[in-house]
Amino acid sequence: MAAIPKPEELANISFRPPGRKWMDTKPEFKEGTHCHAAAPKWLEWLDYPFPRSWSTYDEDWKLPKNWKEIFLVGFNDRLNKYRSLRLFMDICVRCGACADKCQFFLGTGDPKNMPVLRAELMRSLYRRYHTTAGKILGRLAGARELTEDVVKELYYYLYQCSECRRCSAFCPYGIDMADITILGRELLSSIGLGIEWAMASVGSCFKIGSHIGSPPHAFKDMLEFFADECEVVTGIRPRVPVNEKGHEILFIMPSGDYFADPGTFNCMGYLLLFEYLDLDYTISTFAAEGGNFGYFISHEMGKRLNAKFYAEAKRLGVKWILGGECGHMWRVINQYMDTWNGPADFLEEPVSPITGTKFENAKSTKMVHICEFTADLIKHGKLNLDPSRNAHIVLTFHDSCNPARAMGLLEEPRYIIKNVLPPGHFYEMPENTIREKNFCCGSGSGFNADEYLPIRLRGGFPRASAVRYVHEKYGVNHVGMICAIDRAVFPPLMDYWVPGVDITGIHELVGNALVFPGERERVVDLRKRPLKGKEKEAEKFLEEVM
Amino acid sequence: MSFNLAWYCSFFLVLVLIFVPIIGVTAGLEVVFGIIIPYLAILIFFVGMVYKVVIWARTPVPFRIPTTCGQQKSLPWLKRTLRDRLENPFTTWEVIGRMILEVFFFRSLFRNIKAQLRDEPSYPEKKRLVYWSSKWLWLGAIAFHYSFLVILIRHLWLFTEPVPSFVRLVEHIDSFFQLYVPAVYISGIVLIVALTYLLLRRIFDPKLRYISLFSDYLPLFWLLAIGISGILMRYFFKVDMTAVKELTLGLASLHPHIPKEHIGVIFYVHLFLVSSFFAYFPFTKLAHMAGIFMSMTRNLANNNRAVRHVNPWNYPVRVKTYLDQENDWREDMAKFGLPLEISVEEAKKLGKEKLEELADEEAARLYNKLSGNRHAPVFPETEFLRKQIKEE
Repeated sequence: MAAIPKPEELANISFRPPGRKWMDTKPEFKEGTHCHAAAPKWLEWLDYPFPRSWSTYDEDWKLPKNWKEIFLVGFNDRLNKYRSLRLFMDICVRCGACADKCQFFLGTGDPKNMPVLRAELMRSLYRRYHTTAGKILGRLAGARELTEDVVKELYYYLYQCSECRRCSAFCPYGIDMADITILGRELLSSIGLGIEWAMASVGSCFKIGSHIGSPPHAFKDMLEFFADECEVVTGIRPRVPVNEKGHEILFIMPSGDYFADPGTFNCMGYLLLFEYLDLDYTISTFAAEGGNFGYFISHEMGKRLNAKFYAEAKRLGVKWILGGECGHMWRVINQYMDTWNGPADFLEEPVSPITGTKFENAKSTKMVHICEFTADLIKHGKLNLDPSRNAHIVLTFHDSCNPARAMGLLEEPRYIIKNVLPPGHFYEMPENTIREKNFCCGSGSGFNADEYLPIRLRGGFPRASAVRYVHEKYGVNHVGMICAIDRAVFPPLMDYWVPGVDITGIHELVGNALVFPGERERVVDLRKRPLKGKEKEAEKFLEEVM
Repeated sequence: MSFNLAWYCSFFLVLVLIFVPIIGVTAGLEVVFGIIIPYLAILIFFVGMVYKVVIWARTPVPFRIPTTCGQQKSLPWLKRTLRDRLENPFTTWEVIGRMILEVFFFRSLFRNIKAQLRDEPSYPEKKRLVYWSSKWLWLGAIAFHYSFLVILIRHLWLFTEPVPSFVRLVEHIDSFFQLYVPAVYISGIVLIVALTYLLLRRIFDPKLRYISLFSDYLPLFWLLAIGISGILMRYFFKVDMTAVKELTLGLASLHPHIPKEHIGVIFYVHLFLVSSFFAYFPFTKLAHMAGIFMSMTRNLANNNRAVRHVNPWNYPVRVKTYLDQENDWREDMAKFGLPLEISVEEAKKLGKEKLEELADEEAARLYNKLSGNRHAPVFPETEFLRKQIKEE
């Protein structure tokens, strides 16, 4: 792996573009600057076009013989299918309002990471092949020929856009770079160009059941392990209903929540909450993945993975679906699922069995976000919470891009946080870096790959810089978040930029604070860290259980 | 500072556009520049804009993808502020409110902030990103668009008789400051200042210079030339306004004729610049005037989970079904106590082929027709091109 420079060097960023015109510069495929090529195995699993071994470091990317035709036919097809694409190609005035809104531009200083220029990479092709001025005037009209170099450039920069939509919030016409990126990636994948991390996840999810490729029995085994862990800490062993028919609710979470820390603690939080409520629910091994890396490759692939949700809800005979904490998963559920795979007329309008609240905002999709569900429980006083068990945590909240800008889930998690933390333990980051103006973690949309860490750290710098601010000012020691990719990628990001800051999901905090009748006296949190004021008891307890 | 080819080309093109009518009118082609070209330009403008809008409008909106900038409507007890409702609309009225803010007040541009990488010696990385509220672009854009609108309205006096009172009112307000005779219109000054600002930031901001194209400089020079020629005509090289009105009224009433009295050539320069600008308008980025109304990240409600959005070209995709998973892992699943659709023994009896068949049946039962099946094509729009290669 490429050596990673010190923070001081990495933060030394210049926003001055080079002297050479952008059409004359080419990206260099050095180590650490891009994601590696997808292995043929995953493409075969997906029946995806042109599986072959190839490498980004080679001059020859082994494109199919008529790649140009496929690309251009596909482009034309999408211009006729997506008003967004046609409109966004036509109306940009290059005012530059988006330029310094992208975390990848702020973190790398590479001018092609300005959303306007990233879009121009595609727009220049649109002009060349779909406008008269572009056909006649060529470069003077901002048009250029589609060549292998252009394709490589698209691969480089469309996979340096995390589809966070921050630029779209600032654009006077609402041009959505995420949409252009998705469609551009579709075209790349139609000629056999994909990134390993995303394709491996998609292949595994499609064939086996989740991005991490855990077979159904292994998935169940992991959940049982978390239930055991819950029992050690709380004395209560939550039920783990898997693939059981006839329950009221199907619960779907992102695989990040059962794959690695700190997501796993969040999963323990879910299990404890459901046990506390004696919720009539089941988990599925087939719809075992809430996340949807398919959406990072093409709309079609997104739909293929998402289709499982309703099919499994139908098979298991549930009434409605509850979804875990995840970012892009919720963009897909909120903006695509019903359109792709609905109508879900075999399900019922979701009603909280505990509070009786009708989730009218989800009456068609029939899927509720767990933060909506839990906030409602707290509001109605259905949870006995002891915030002092989170007293060792001073938290700031990282809005995840998709729940913020493709949904508007802003207050629900904050409401939960304020109820599970002692007063004075929650601090917001600076106003221009939260809510609809939040910064991406720098690894969204399929970038978790290790080989990509240098760029991820750069893309995450604006977010980290804001965390640094509250860390210094208020002693914040945890960042809370409702996104599984965030929980996976924040630890290395924080270790690099703001060491000493830990990551937590919101339902982990709920799990800590939840007081069960008949539970054992809690001396440690779900991570087995001593609670404040219980250090001695915790030491004894840990000796016993370890 | 180096100007690039795009800058030179657009500048010289506008110079050409100034000289064409001078030469033409001197050669006695008043009918061409006073009647034929204006009519043609207006025709091209309207036909072009309608064409553009029709192309956009007939392209479907497969997904409802509003960019949300406020709290969503979710739980009944969760109160939303007016701002939330306008920035994250749930109802049609809220969408209309959002669009009014966007179209008339440039709401999103008003959100603009400027990032700055500041030295912060106390931090290990020695740098800190800070963000400043930055309304200059918004101010420049608002100043330009509104002064342009006022000027357009003022010009209606040329095409109407009697002149409607609102046109007189706009004229009156616009010339509020009686600095000079004839009265100076504020809108003209604001227009020139705003355009100059918009041009200078393109030239002096290195980021903007880097992204600016020929078609970005051109309208700015063009509009500056229009504004300056108009100002010159009003205050310095005065022309016979009675004759001008005779011509314009003739155009508006479809009885075009060139007045007998001589109108100064500066008028024809102004008229030609305006005419050509209108003809240029629909086929360029200036079409954003109509496009902004169609932007699906702004003009749709964030109510996807409550009201289903239909994609007219939704098509079935290739999926797997639960039985595929069970067929792959049945024995392990049984060992771990997971419930099965088909027991291990039964599956052995059925055999592989029958299990495949059952999976197809299950998929047909569980998946919506437009959702997916186990054999649907991948990327149907280019499937034939991929097959071509395989056949070769």
